Amino acid sequence: MTGTRLNSGGRIDRSRPLRFTWDGRSYQGYAGDTLASALMAGGEVILGRSFKYHRPRGIMSAGVEESGAIVTLGTGDRVEPNAKATMVELFDGLAAKGQNAWPSVRNDVGSALGLFGRFFSAGFYYKTFMGLPPFEWGRGTGVWMQYEKLIRKAAGMGEAARVADPDTYDHVHAFCDILVVGSGPAGMSAALQAAKLGKDVILVEQDFELGGDLLNQRDPMSEAQRQEQVTALEVAGVRIMTRTTAFGLYDYGTAGLLQRVTDHLAVKPDHSPRQRFWTVRAGATILATGALERTLAFENNDRPGVMTSAAARSYLNRFGVLPGQKIVLSTNNDSAYVTAAELAQAGAKITLVDLRAEISPNLSALMKSAGVKMKTGLAPRKALGKKSVTGVQLARPQDDRWIAAETLPCDLLLVSAGWSPVVNLLSHRGAKPVWDQTLACFLPAPCSENVTMAGAAAGHWNTMDCAASGVAAAHLATGQKADEIALAGWETPIKPVYEVRLAGKKTKSFVDLQHDVTSSDIRLAHQEGFVSVEHLKRYTTLGMATDQGKMGNIIGLALMAEALGKDIPAVGTTRFRPPYTPVAIGALAGRNTGSHFKVLRRTPLHDWNLRHGATMTDAGLWHRPWYFARKGESFNETYIREATTVRDTLGICDVSSLGKIAVQGPDASEFLNRIYSNAFAKLAVGKARYGIMLRDDGMVLDDGTTWRLSENDFLLTTTTTGAGKVMVWLEELLQLRWPELKVHVSSVSDQWAGVSVAGPKTRAAIAACLEDPEAISAENLPFMGVRETRLKGGIKCLIARISFSGELAYEVYVPANNGEAMMDLLWATSEPLGGCLYGLEALGTLRIEKGHVTGAELDGRVTIDDAGLGKMASLKKSFIGSALRKRPALERSDRPQLVGIFPKDRSESFNGGALLCNPGEISGFGEGWITAVTHSPALGHWIGIGFISGGHDAWQGKSVTATDPVRKGDVTVEIVSPHMFDPKGERMHG
Amino acid sequence: MIRIPCPFCGTRDHSEFTYGGDGSIIYPSLDAPMQDWHDAVFQRENICGVQVETWQHANGCRMWIYVERDTMTHEIHSVRAAHPDMAVALEVTI
Amino acid sequence: MTRFSAWNVFWQGISGQKGWTRQWRDPEPKPHYDVIIVGGGLHGLATAYYLAKNHGIRNIAVLEKGWIGGGNAGRNTTIVRSNYTQPGNREFYEDSLKLWEELSHELNYNVMFSQRSHITLLHSPGAVDAVSRDYNIMRRTGNADAGIWSLEQLKEAVPHLNYASDARFPIMAAAVHKRAGTARHDAVIWGYARAADQFGIDIIQNCEVTGILREGSKVTTIETTRGKITTGKLGLAVAGNTSRLWNMAGMSHLPIESHKLQAFVSEPLKPLLDQVVVFGMGGAHFYISQSDKGGMVFGGDLDWYKSYAQKGNLPIVQDVAEAAMSVLPCLGRVRLLRHWSGVVDMSMDGSHFISKTPIDNLYLNAGWNYGGFKATPASGTYFADLIANDRPHKVIADHDLKRFERGIQLDERGAGPDPKLHG
Repeated sequence: MTGTRLNSGGRIDRSRPLRFTWDGRSYQGYAGDTLASALMAGGEVILGRSFKYHRPRGIMSAGVEESGAIVTLGTGDRVEPNAKATMVELFDGLAAKGQNAWPSVRNDVGSALGLFGRFFSAGFYYKTFMGLPPFEWGRGTGVWMQYEKLIRKAAGMGEAARVADPDTYDHVHAFCDILVVGSGPAGMSAALQAAKLGKDVILVEQDFELGGDLLNQRDPMSEAQRQEQVTALEVAGVRIMTRTTAFGLYDYGTAGLLQRVTDHLAVKPDHSPRQRFWTVRAGATILATGALERTLAFENNDRPGVMTSAAARSYLNRFGVLPGQKIVLSTNNDSAYVTAAELAQAGAKITLVDLRAEISPNLSALMKSAGVKMKTGLAPRKALGKKSVTGVQLARPQDDRWIAAETLPCDLLLVSAGWSPVVNLLSHRGAKPVWDQTLACFLPAPCSENVTMAGAAAGHWNTMDCAASGVAAAHLATGQKADEIALAGWETPIKPVYEVRLAGKKTKSFVDLQHDVTSSDIRLAHQEGFVSVEHLKRYTTLGMATDQGKMGNIIGLALMAEALGKDIPAVGTTRFRPPYTPVAIGALAGRNTGSHFKVLRRTPLHDWNLRHGATMTDAGLWHRPWYFARKGESFNETYIREATTVRDTLGICDVSSLGKIAVQGPDASEFLNRIYSNAFAKLAVGKARYGIMLRDDGMVLDDGTTWRLSENDFLLTTTTTGAGKVMVWLEELLQLRWPELKVHVSSVSDQWAGVSVAGPKTRAAIAACLEDPEAISAENLPFMGVRETRLKGGIKCLIARISFSGELAYEVYVPANNGEAMMDLLWATSEPLGGCLYGLEALGTLRIEKGHVTGAELDGRVTIDDAGLGKMASLKKSFIGSALRKRPALERSDRPQLVGIFPKDRSESFNGGALLCNPGEISGFGEGWITAVTHSPALGHWIGIGFISGGHDAWQGKSVTATDPVRKGDVTVEIVSPHMFDPKGERMHG
Repeated sequence: MIRIPCPFCGTRDHSEFTYGGDGSIIYPSLDAPMQDWHDAVFQRENICGVQVETWQHANGCRMWIYVERDTMTHEIHSVRAAHPDMAVALEVTI
Repeated sequence: MTRFSAWNVFWQGISGQKGWTRQWRDPEPKPHYDVIIVGGGLHGLATAYYLAKNHGIRNIAVLEKGWIGGGNAGRNTTIVRSNYTQPGNREFYEDSLKLWEELSHELNYNVMFSQRSHITLLHSPGAVDAVSRDYNIMRRTGNADAGIWSLEQLKEAVPHLNYASDARFPIMAAAVHKRAGTARHDAVIWGYARAADQFGIDIIQNCEVTGILREGSKVTTIETTRGKITTGKLGLAVAGNTSRLWNMAGMSHLPIESHKLQAFVSEPLKPLLDQVVVFGMGGAHFYISQSDKGGMVFGGDLDWYKSYAQKGNLPIVQDVAEAAMSVLPCLGRVRLLRHWSGVVDMSMDGSHFISKTPIDNLYLNAGWNYGGFKATPASGTYFADLIANDRPHKVIADHDLKRFERGIQLDERGAGPDPKLHG
């Protein structure tokens, strides 16, 4: 086939030439071309290679069903594999190259695989590659994985970029009354009618121009009609989106759209996203998605130069390219005749071969007047030519068989074997299409949701009927009645045919042209029992390539039906899955990439911390200060200095990320009493209490302190990562289980900035910041007391004397906007005293020394007794979890319980995550594990906290091994009480 | 996208809500026997068809709602505020 | 039955493929079987096979309402691993992995089990410690290959992950499970079916169970769309539909909810990722691998709401795409080819049930959450053992329906009794 550009005709703009490159060579096309039409005009024939056999592939279609011209676009970080050249809008400077071939698609060494085709039938890899040949000797997967290395290298079509996609994508939302998909005659009529009915309409069209099949027609009347409708749509205020594919229909009238914004532009504007992913919520949906032409299976039907008849019409009338000089057009239905006439008028020598014996006189006359030679009762049996078509051998049906007939030379073989309505989107909603014997296609089934088909997608083949059905669809979509438009079919019925082959002759005819699935593969699948459509698809991989079976599925079904001796519907119907055409993953992700993948939560003190030397770390979605390194300090030196300073002097730590929930109302204390394991009913005003919350199943949910600010006003704190979870839990309890309680909860986590100030000199440092220094005297603010007071400058603050570190400590809270002012005040008084800022690492050191639990210990599988806090489970009341925590396995004394761990040789260290086991026991779960470790400044050596079966009592005096095979060796350790420093807790009372 | 008619906010995408669980469970009193609690916490009917379930409009009004929804077709049959007093005040079903 | 081998592929290639026969028969159901397994998925077929192979029981029918493998068997993302560490799970999944390693040879069917490593990305010292505990357990219980990689080691093995400085959650290290990998799910189904069929087991497709009739505490008859069949024992392995069959047997509640899990595949690419990579930060869970055909296979969280419909909605598609981009930013221009979903049994602790039931001769295999594929060989082995011997093997002693009453929750995640949180 040699395509040639005609001097006139087509919708391209010959005044706007565009330069592009293909495999490094320079070509010219025009505005309005696709990459395929421009390459065809440039005489290119082989544009790709098939997946398995690396057979040459050319342009087969003019649309999304393309299985041959699959190319790689772009370069560098914008490289885009697996693009269908028929869907690429040409722009100046476009770079495209072949893929899945070496050295090039025109000459590919991979085609040698074709010589071994007989061994590579469907599913052959399930029958071998398990072990050493010839009989699969061996054990394990070693041999298979060697074969697999080669298979993986040969697999895949294009190569993805290795670097981050530099483009941005947006996610946009829209609402409408009616979503119309497709802008052919049916779609435009439907949209116009819906607008006339007063509806808010969105019309989406995957092409860059509106009109659908009208764009492929030559008749000036068609173009006039198209123009008129486009104008009417604009006037009616219909929202029109071109270059937009509706890729999926979802629940409740939701549609996913992919809009191509800059892909067709030579110069991409900086400010624009490359593509937009739309979520549209439509009251009703009309699918005017058209129909796709089918081809046939016959020998070498995959040769470049074999294409659908409708494609040829498109290249001729839309792009002004004559696809061949000497054409044979094979058909079994009426639709191809007008194409034949038009090709002849454009100067091609064309023979039309119709399988049917009787043709309508109109059509015969049309052929005569156009100078098209006609032959009847014949179909193509074999395409001749090595790298592209040079001729076609025909065959004649006789009874059940085909008999070889004449050969015709040609450089282009067009095939029209029927039409398949595009029902994919409807199928997403579960409506199974129904086979229509007369039209030889699947027709959409009625859908229980408000989705209506119109036009060729509903089985209407002529333009007037399509337009009428669009109008009817608009009425149906808006809940009105509409007359049913009968399916007129064709003047002369179609004669269904799916495969042409001579009996007894081995033939390589292709059903899925990307995956190289042949008709023999289908028959082999039948032979081996893979007879349902799902098994057929999976065994042969038919329909699983990037065209998603648009070209080959029906032929596959028909061949399987024939093998079974049944009708097509008996085989089953393929269920289509979204997306209709492939969608860039970047588009689906939108802007939530890179640093925006998840929100970053920063405390009100974030910037202040950074200015004062904090290194941040992730804590859930938050950034929290990890440590504040001074010049030249190593990580270890820093946290040890910080922890030491807290114990010796004082330290300030940002705890703003802790959850804070206002629990208010006359029943608040009753509520707290039900959710905490320990008593809260009688917590005095101005007092705080540490509480543990269990889940319904008796495991620890979260811990924190709750402060009683007044009779009916409590502030409940949670861990940072538990904040959201606990808030939802409290709301659930109050609304679902205990609606009789007069309690209201509000999250105030973001409203307060808070710090923990800890160490012997704390009182002095804080007092110097207060308007009334006496407010936090030992008498005025005893241990576990809470009071509201003011910082200098009138800043309201809440101070609770609670201690996580075990030192004399206070938590100071101010309204978030006053956070920096609070820090400036505190730092101004603390720094001169020798105090420091400290972060999560040192906080960890301090709490480990004290044996306090955090999320590392409370992992959702731990009971309150396991955590050594059993005394906090009140025996006097029932509370959430109190029933199920008494289940037998949860009360066993040999459960892992909280302990401290010392290295026997004090100079050694160990890791969190090490297991604790009996010395010499080298396998098994062990007796326990270490959750966290630190070098303890207070004790002068490394310590750990963790769990061991039976707890401290069971291991006193015994040697235990801390084993960590994934990171280091074994260390002998001692099990001690988890309260490793200041066990009596005297320091907090300072 | 399941579109849920929140009694407080109107019809919103389900992604604005967090799913709770089986809305037919009546939790026993805190001092009820262990077996009652076991059954309420661990056992589910898991209806294929219309069930009552809880959702919270977490990215909206934060109210919990009971939704009658068909777990096969996802069709929503009714929605009411979980808190009985709220439900009465709104008296909204669809 | 032509044995599968390179020799026969060659020989059949020469002689026109005529020697390949049906891989499993298409029999009419008999009036009675000693054992009926409902569910022609991975676990049902594997159970039938092991009943024959390990226990000599062959008078078995596997009833499948559609075509075998049409449920979750054909919808999962094909990951095989054994990095479970709760006691009871550890031994079970390790046994499963060992069976996987020999499965192709055992079934004479290339299930394409590729032990190409399973990598869990770690983003903080705390995470490294927590996962090290798990991997230390693995090391000491049969997985000499479990390890922790430094960032440098990870970069060398998986060069295209997100090592950029603007990553929201910078990677710090990785946990590696080398014997883990992926397999071809369809091949496992067909392999077990073919092997079971060779034992004379009847695989009855297009046979939907419509009723289960009892006499007292024993099941006697199964009513199906292809007639009534009496049976000695009944095993249920119908992931996603467990409660419906349970109801038919006259029982009402189970610690299971049916949820929907979506999965995704991209257009085929030349090799980009050799391993299975798992990521879990900021509340998201995500996993990705590349199939032998070249498509990137990936998935993430459940759709969150209960569903029996095998259709997913857009919010998860978006979430998963975001996670994909955060792990492999080069995927931006790679296109999603297909997404689909399956209905899974989510259980109250995220772990499964292979259990006797209140009905004497009814046995339940259910609650596989999102991880049933990797369990296939062990599930089949132990379920067969349970059915044959009417008592659980000690490995599955705590995998029964009554474990919650005892206070045992095999909760790998620590998420508690909320099914949707175990996804």
